[in-house]
Amino acid sequence: MNIRYQQIAGTSWGFIALIAGLFAVILAALGSVYFMEHHGHYVTGMSNRVVWGVPHVLALFLIVAASGALNVASIASVFDKKIYKPLARLSGLVALSLLAGGLMILVLDLGRPDRLIVAMTEYNFKSIFAWNIILYNGFFVIVAVYLWMMFERRMNKFTSKAGLAAFAWRLILTTGTGSIFGFLVARQAYDAVIMAPMFIIMSFSFGLAFFILILMASYKWSERELGDVIVNRLGNLFGVFIAAVMYFVIIKHLGSLYLAENSAVENFILFGDHIYTPLFWIVQMIIGGLLPLALIYLPAFRGNRSALGLASVLVIIGGIAQLYVIIIGGQAHPLELFPGKEIIEGYDSIATYSPSLPEIILGAGGIAVALIATTLLLKFLPFLPESLADSVADPHHKK
Amino acid sequence: MTKKLNRRDFIKNTTANTVGVASIASGISLTTFAASENPVSNKKRWGMLIDTNKLSEANIEDMVNACQEEHGWGNEKYSTGEQKPDWIKKVKVKDKATGKIDSLPLMCQHCEQPPCVDVCPTNASVKREDGIVLVDKHLCIGCRYCMMACPYDSRSFVHENLSNQKADTPRGKGTVEACTMCVHRVDKGEVPACVEAVGGDGVIFGDLYDANSKINKTLKKIQSTQIRADLNLNTGVRYSGI
Repeated sequence: MNIRYQQIAGTSWGFIALIAGLFAVILAALGSVYFMEHHGHYVTGMSNRVVWGVPHVLALFLIVAASGALNVASIASVFDKKIYKPLARLSGLVALSLLAGGLMILVLDLGRPDRLIVAMTEYNFKSIFAWNIILYNGFFVIVAVYLWMMFERRMNKFTSKAGLAAFAWRLILTTGTGSIFGFLVARQAYDAVIMAPMFIIMSFSFGLAFFILILMASYKWSERELGDVIVNRLGNLFGVFIAAVMYFVIIKHLGSLYLAENSAVENFILFGDHIYTPLFWIVQMIIGGLLPLALIYLPAFRGNRSALGLASVLVIIGGIAQLYVIIIGGQAHPLELFPGKEIIEGYDSIATYSPSLPEIILGAGGIAVALIATTLLLKFLPFLPESLADSVADPHHKK
Repeated sequence: MTKKLNRRDFIKNTTANTVGVASIASGISLTTFAASENPVSNKKRWGMLIDTNKLSEANIEDMVNACQEEHGWGNEKYSTGEQKPDWIKKVKVKDKATGKIDSLPLMCQHCEQPPCVDVCPTNASVKREDGIVLVDKHLCIGCRYCMMACPYDSRSFVHENLSNQKADTPRGKGTVEACTMCVHRVDKGEVPACVEAVGGDGVIFGDLYDANSKINKTLKKIQSTQIRADLNLNTGVRYSGI
């Protein structure tokens, strides 16, 4: 099987409009950052109780998705599934772009983003955040090397080794991201080791959602052929991941409900009368879980690309809701300061948070950075196979 | 040079040098600070015992006011509600079974195993040898992970520009802050401002390790507790009466 890779032309009005639109969002995000940093965080919805708001939701969503987007490449080079090989380059690119977008948000929401150099030079190795700084930087390096092995013909023989390293690294990376929450002993909503594997399975699903959308859009817009064999394979895999996320979510909540000390926070998330409960049941579980599963597996939608595209969009929406419930819902619920006692003054039971416009625009800016990086690199480097028609992707496939 | 420089000599020399520097640039308070005659050591562990039975609600309010006065927080112009710094607060709790009501001051508990220090990526959260937990405002990048980790809701993030700061308490927009156990007073042999504001036996401040200190003797005698003792953080602030 000889695959020929080719840059996209990137000269159409559609391409220019896409780049211009994304650029405008990034400019608006930088404006928001200036506004927030100039005035201080009082202009945001965040407070001393809800210290991580919408920027963290979107940043962690992108970071989790980034490691998952690399899966397609891993399946090709680690598990040697030939059909995924032509997609490996794009998989690496989407992974790097999503991570760049997520990190941009994270850094620009710091109280002192001007001190990034401190974060790069002062390490507390007991801190999971400090590990994550190393894991993120390492991910850039390893995936870049991996891409180089794939691009450079003479290096092709090392692709599977680099792929294995990247695969191992990404599992550790998502473990690190999940452990940011999993190791917080004081917070009932988080303190659970299952957070780390749950974040890994979330990354499989969110990352593949981005990958499928970018793959289908770039083939459609560059008028290249994308056969059903690959699309249907990805669709099936996607369905398994979506179901696995729901399984982990159910197990996490059931396990948590079993402990009396967690019943308050579980009641708060699952049966409360505030935004987090409908976000959990309606947006995360139904819109981001059951509906995409139906779109993928119901016979009426089999092989329907619009249905698969819609399922991917819904998984992204559900995933953002899931992180919103975890991050903000988890902070809104009060700390258990005095077990056995009720606090009647001095510490509000439920913290309020309403996202401000600058926070939302900063988050959108991170998504725009991820998309603009992918789009521009597709134009400048040969990431995409010229054709992924069924006869190219799988010559032995019988119609 | 044959003679090895030991710690005592180092401190002596530093002191001499610092006095020199300080006399030239007397405006720089940081240099004189380093010349303390009692270096911080882990032979001490500063702590507080708060007896809620001996504190009226007015006493606790006095403690909060004294802290604000000492450190200059609470006058922020734009921060609203939960955005305002809250180094120490008055909390009222009711026992779910008996209905007994207690009021107490809640601030940084100066843990021996502080979660905020564990999670801080840049070593900005530090625990001194003598047990006082502090934030280095020069290293803090404002990531707020320590606020996520603190079991006592005792840390605040500065949400706006500040003016007219107190000389002994540098603060800064975009960084995290909390009770310092009035380290600047303790290092001069004084007691924290909140302790002074109450007077009497309501709040006892001292060295937990010193068998002759009042706090040590009292803790040996009476029933006391740590907030969230189940977390095993071994707090420096102890309570009795709740």
